[in-house]
Amino acid sequence: MAYLELKNVCKSYGEGKNKTEVLTNINLKIEEGEFVAIVGFTGSGKTTLVNLLAGLIEPDSGEILFKGQPISGTSHERGIIFQNYSLLPWLSVYENIAMAVRAVFKDWTSKQVDEQVRSFIEKVNLTHAINKKPKELSGGMRQRVAVARALAMKPELILMDEPLGALDALTRGNLQEEILSIWSEDKRTALLITNDVDEGVFMADRVIPLRPGPKATLGPEFNINIDRPRNKIALNHNDNFKTLRNGIIEYLMQIGKERTAGIELPNYELPDLVPMKFD
Amino acid sequence: MKTKIIKAVKFMGLGYLEPLIRLITGEEVRKNSKDAFKRILFPLLSVVVFILLWHSFSNYLNNVESTLKIEKTLKNQGPEAAKKLEDCIASGDISCRPNSLPSPAMVATALGKLWDDHKIMATKKQDFIDKYETINEERAANGEIEIVYTGRPSFVDQIKTSLKTVFAGFLLSIIIAVPLGIVLGLSDTLRTSFNWLIQILKPVSPVVWLLLVSMIVKTVLTDVDVEKSFVISFISVGLCSMWATLVNTSVGVSSVDKDFMNVAKVLQLGTIKKIFKIILPSSFPMIFTGLRITLSVAWMVLIAIELLAQSPGLGSFVWEEFQNGSSDSNSKIIVAMFVIGIIGFMLDRIMMIFQKLLTFTD
Ligand SMILES: Nc1ncnc2c1ncn2[C@@H]1O[C@H](COP(=O)(O)OP(=O)(O)OP(=O)(O)O)[C@@H](O)[C@H]1O
Ligand SMILES: [Mg+2]
Repeated sequence: MAYLELKNVCKSYGEGKNKTEVLTNINLKIEEGEFVAIVGFTGSGKTTLVNLLAGLIEPDSGEILFKGQPISGTSHERGIIFQNYSLLPWLSVYENIAMAVRAVFKDWTSKQVDEQVRSFIEKVNLTHAINKKPKELSGGMRQRVAVARALAMKPELILMDEPLGALDALTRGNLQEEILSIWSEDKRTALLITNDVDEGVFMADRVIPLRPGPKATLGPEFNINIDRPRNKIALNHNDNFKTLRNGIIEYLMQIGKERTAGIELPNYELPDLVPMKFD
Repeated sequence: MKTKIIKAVKFMGLGYLEPLIRLITGEEVRKNSKDAFKRILFPLLSVVVFILLWHSFSNYLNNVESTLKIEKTLKNQGPEAAKKLEDCIASGDISCRPNSLPSPAMVATALGKLWDDHKIMATKKQDFIDKYETINEERAANGEIEIVYTGRPSFVDQIKTSLKTVFAGFLLSIIIAVPLGIVLGLSDTLRTSFNWLIQILKPVSPVVWLLLVSMIVKTVLTDVDVEKSFVISFISVGLCSMWATLVNTSVGVSSVDKDFMNVAKVLQLGTIKKIFKIILPSSFPMIFTGLRITLSVAWMVLIAIELLAQSPGLGSFVWEEFQNGSSDSNSKIIVAMFVIGIIGFMLDRIMMIFQKLLTFTD
């Protein structure tokens, strides 16, 4: 029995004429302790997929099994890093995270909560901004608060919706390491949504492309058989890494071409104009 | 220090003082003196222009009125009386001045007079209280009713009474409208089923509320020992003004950002926690806007309600002056007008400061 299993999951928005089928026949199995990355174009339905797994929305048809049980609603076992951060603007960085920690660990003393909050703020390097409100933070800082909030809840399954998109390369690399260390610490399971193929290959055990919607399905999966712990700089000279990365990029480019080829451009009659000469 | 002062000043909505403060501390003299000119001198100039226009308009009205009056006297009482009236008007004697728009100077005099009256009345009242202090103590010990001061209230007393009434009414509307708005906001069914009632009651005029409230209060409070007119007016003010808060609260509560609701779901907050930690804070800006409207409506209708309910306050002050028709009544009414306006403005500013303190901005 897989840890997380999606069977023929379909999801559409709207009704009747306005109905858009976003996801069709999504089949995916994730084993306990695995790190899976899903890469895809914008608007292909990645956030929809994550929301389904978090239990925020329900599939139209198909089944989502978590530890063998169908998902109903949200659960503290499945943590989520929202793509749009979803921080509460009236709370400070500290309070945003503390609220989440208190919600999960109900029997903790305030000292335990405080320690947990501070240690995770430290992990994302925001100690200097601990008492700031979200509006006083940059986009990347907000994103890091969202990461800290989700990770501080210590979920068994971590769903990450483009968690590092707004960060510069250096911060990004540090946080990738941080997420990996939390993931491996007590063998959690992770699903990472990303638009950065390198990131997927660096972090995941498997990278699966999501074919662009409407009616998006999952493409062929790429197994990343590179030993951990992985080193970013060493990876650049790893032939296995290069082949995998190029393979995924080629696949994405190919489906990207198919998509644009599918859209027919109307044939415009251009008038026959010649620039006028003034002598 | 300077930045702190500027921040505080801006917070109170007095941002136009900023260039002046910077100028005084000698910062960017040229730019700031220009700004200070623009933001302080021009408004001051506009006040001067306003007073000049008012002055000449009241002069004009006065002249028209005087001519009419003299002509009328001439026709009815003969040239002798007319000549006498003309001289009287020309001498500037206030008792002969025709009854029209008072000039700014007259209003200023009236203001001074009201203030002097207040001081005289206040000493009178204090004397009375001092005099009866021991007697009242004895009476209280014997279980008798104490003797209270029943002299005419001064202008300042009227302002105080009005403020008391408006705050009581405002409090009442908060107590009713905020919880009710939350309940309506949380339940789509309730909101749609009671929408008609809100839409119908919202535009009802203060006069009607007053009549309705007095119908009820009259019977309910037959033997309770309170000032009935005060109760009637503050309840009417509350009922009249609470609608903005009710509607804003229910809209704010029902339209909480979906992202915030997702956070509540992911954290699996219980109903109570969800209301107090997510829904209320996120609808606070809307609720506060409603409260601001409520307070300004309350202050506006209060004057009309006091006037009608014969309950003490600025409204009845205006009404009494109007009825009394003495030579400086019109000026006193204009004084009351400015006082009402300035207090309304200040109440709004106070609410704005509270709003800034208590709500978040994106
Ligand atoms: N609540 C909704 N109602 C209607 N349509 C929606 C809704 N949410 C998403 N969609 C549509 O579903 C499609 C997929 O959206 P989704 O947010 O899942 O994309 P995404 O892959 O996460 O994109 P991005 O990389 O830009 O975040 C889009 O075409 C979008 O217009
Ligand atoms: Mg998305």
